[in-house]
Amino acid sequence: MFTETLTKRVRRSSLLDLLTGPHGVDRYTELVDPTWTRGEGRARVVGVRRNTPRSVTLTLDPNRAFRAGMPGFRAGQYVNVTVEVDGRRRTRPYSIASGEGDRYLELTIGRHDGGVVSPYLVEHARRGLVVGLDSVGGEFTLPETLTEPVLLVSGGTGITPVMSMLRTLRARRHRGRVVFVHYARSAEEACYRDELALTAAEMPNVTVLHGYTREPAASDLGGRFGSDHVAATDIQPEHVYVCGPPALVDAVREQFPNAQSESFVPPVLTPQEASGGRIRFSDSEIEVDDDGTPLLSQAEAAGLTPESGCRMGICFSCTRRKNSGAVRNVITGAVSSTDEEDVQICVSAPVGDVDIAL
Amino acid sequence: MTDTLTTTDETPTDDTPTVETATTQPGPAQTISKTVAGKTVTLTPEQAEAFGRELDELKERVIADLGERDATYIRRMIKAQRSLEVGGRALLFGGIFPPFWLAGTAMLGLSKIIDNMEIGHNVMHGQYDWMGDPAISSRGFEWDTACPADQWRHSHNYMHHTYTNIVGLDRDVGYGILRMSADQKWKPYYLGNPLWAFLLMVLFQYGVALHEMESEKIASGEISIKDKREILSGIWDKTKRQTLKDYVAFPLLAGPFAPWVFTGNLTANLIRNVWSYMIIFCGHFPEDVQEFTIEETKAESRGQWYFRQILGSANLTGGKLFHILSGNLSFQIEHHLFPDIPAHRHAEISESVREICGRYGIPYNTGPLPRQFATVVRKIVRLALPWT
Repeated sequence: MFTETLTKRVRRSSLLDLLTGPHGVDRYTELVDPTWTRGEGRARVVGVRRNTPRSVTLTLDPNRAFRAGMPGFRAGQYVNVTVEVDGRRRTRPYSIASGEGDRYLELTIGRHDGGVVSPYLVEHARRGLVVGLDSVGGEFTLPETLTEPVLLVSGGTGITPVMSMLRTLRARRHRGRVVFVHYARSAEEACYRDELALTAAEMPNVTVLHGYTREPAASDLGGRFGSDHVAATDIQPEHVYVCGPPALVDAVREQFPNAQSESFVPPVLTPQEASGGRIRFSDSEIEVDDDGTPLLSQAEAAGLTPESGCRMGICFSCTRRKNSGAVRNVITGAVSSTDEEDVQICVSAPVGDVDIAL
Repeated sequence: MTDTLTTTDETPTDDTPTVETATTQPGPAQTISKTVAGKTVTLTPEQAEAFGRELDELKERVIADLGERDATYIRRMIKAQRSLEVGGRALLFGGIFPPFWLAGTAMLGLSKIIDNMEIGHNVMHGQYDWMGDPAISSRGFEWDTACPADQWRHSHNYMHHTYTNIVGLDRDVGYGILRMSADQKWKPYYLGNPLWAFLLMVLFQYGVALHEMESEKIASGEISIKDKREILSGIWDKTKRQTLKDYVAFPLLAGPFAPWVFTGNLTANLIRNVWSYMIIFCGHFPEDVQEFTIEETKAESRGQWYFRQILGSANLTGGKLFHILSGNLSFQIEHHLFPDIPAHRHAEISESVREICGRYGIPYNTGPLPRQFATVVRKIVRLALPWT
């Protein structure tokens, strides 16, 4: 019975593939509604809130393909979000702020000056925008059960994964002590201030403390994280989670060497001739030191035989997927650091570490 | 796809991180000259360098400007094509009613033309790879025709675009079955030149599909059919699916109306075949388009490579719709100079290209389709004769 249904379904889907070939059914349905894809996780932005001057909070309604591929995320994990900016797809990891089991995904994105995706979203995100979603990941997660006191520390938009943890604990009707410490420039820039106040009011076991680096008078905590702040929490935490700028993570680690941490640091571009980086050919599991020449010649020097053609950047025979890292086009000099992008390896030289599907 | 060409031993393998490693290696500087329509065109190495630089700059200006406009353009084109396809196929289900059959066939034919020309050919050139959308990327795209995309990328993007019009290297000079250059030695088989050309036109999608088989090399014993087993299986898989789709699955779905769907699909494929054949043959075969010898092009600089692309290509004049339906191959010259920039940009830069060519005294071959195609037909017939 089951196999019968399955065969029928397979038969139906292969007929559909034949009829919609060679493009595939998604390439037709997405023209009716861009979230109607079977093979690609996508989401529609159903809510946009600009609660602080330098951030935007998006509510995403993921399509079935995404929900089928990701039955549930764990509090603290991130998702890769793909946005098209000026015709170019850009993928960035963003921590999910919603609690475990929520149907919608909430992201709060802080403006990173000099960046591409975050300023775009902060300024231009609107309801109806469709974004790509894939690979939920991250080890910065809450355990299934916990009883001992928990300390959650965050700075700026690093609040999102710990917000997810707090929301999850709240949904679980968690009874243990939780102290939530958040640092922002000012009260105005502190994300989720109202919701945190509400949570603290409703849950006697939860304490929320704010530190405003530019408004010491309005702060619960003065200055940077240190032993005095630990004392102010009034708990001996068993679990410590910190997400924010590297300096904050370091300061927390100094007090709690076992603290779990997450910190997204944007890539630093140094467009120079010889980069001193490492190249990882991910398909063949080979790593070499960059010698400054295009990836194609370095791959060949490493004993690989990638498909190639003109070796002058016109035929695109050698185009490969760059998983991560920055490359410089040796003809135009243009540097590109987009993750998950196709590059012509014959004219792309590494700028720092590069991971390429070869 | 590991064909090695003994004649291209200049493959750069040294490790100097300079721009030159990625371009054709400059050989000893030589003045090049060609006689076009009785006039000799000469380019000194210095002129060639300056000429190449001007074209490079033109390209960089376009590359720097790529963005949302181009993304919107190609997505609109895709939407138009898919809508024509769905609409055309739907109308053909009612094809027993003649106006439906005619409209459905025309729409499906147009859809296939746009899919192959303005979308497929151009996307597979990597013109939209900068967008990072796998559905519009050179490696990911597959088109609605018998030829498998990966084989096309090798024979067309690499062989034809790198070795354009070099007799003996560019298999698009006659496609291994026609005599399209006087430099191809005559043999009795070529008496059938006009007939072979006509058959190729009608069956164009299969001709294109079989291109990578290099059947002429199999016939001459240079290679064995065994060497081409993988290629053949790729062609077979793709052709099988295309045939099943157009000639079995869709007609069967129409039940009693199968004959109308079948003939509609057949006619739509024929329309696409004839149209793309005409456009493509007008790219490199009209009168005064130059061929080159391997010897002539052995030590080409980038500027000289541009020179060959221009003298080896011809444009077509026409309106906006004509350019779209030709996949902007009506700007064959611009396409051959910059095969990787979105083709809808070619019209915008053609004036500049023409102006640059004018200053260096390089002829720019262009004309309306009927005139250009007439010279192609004349060439096909003339070269059938032994004394040509």
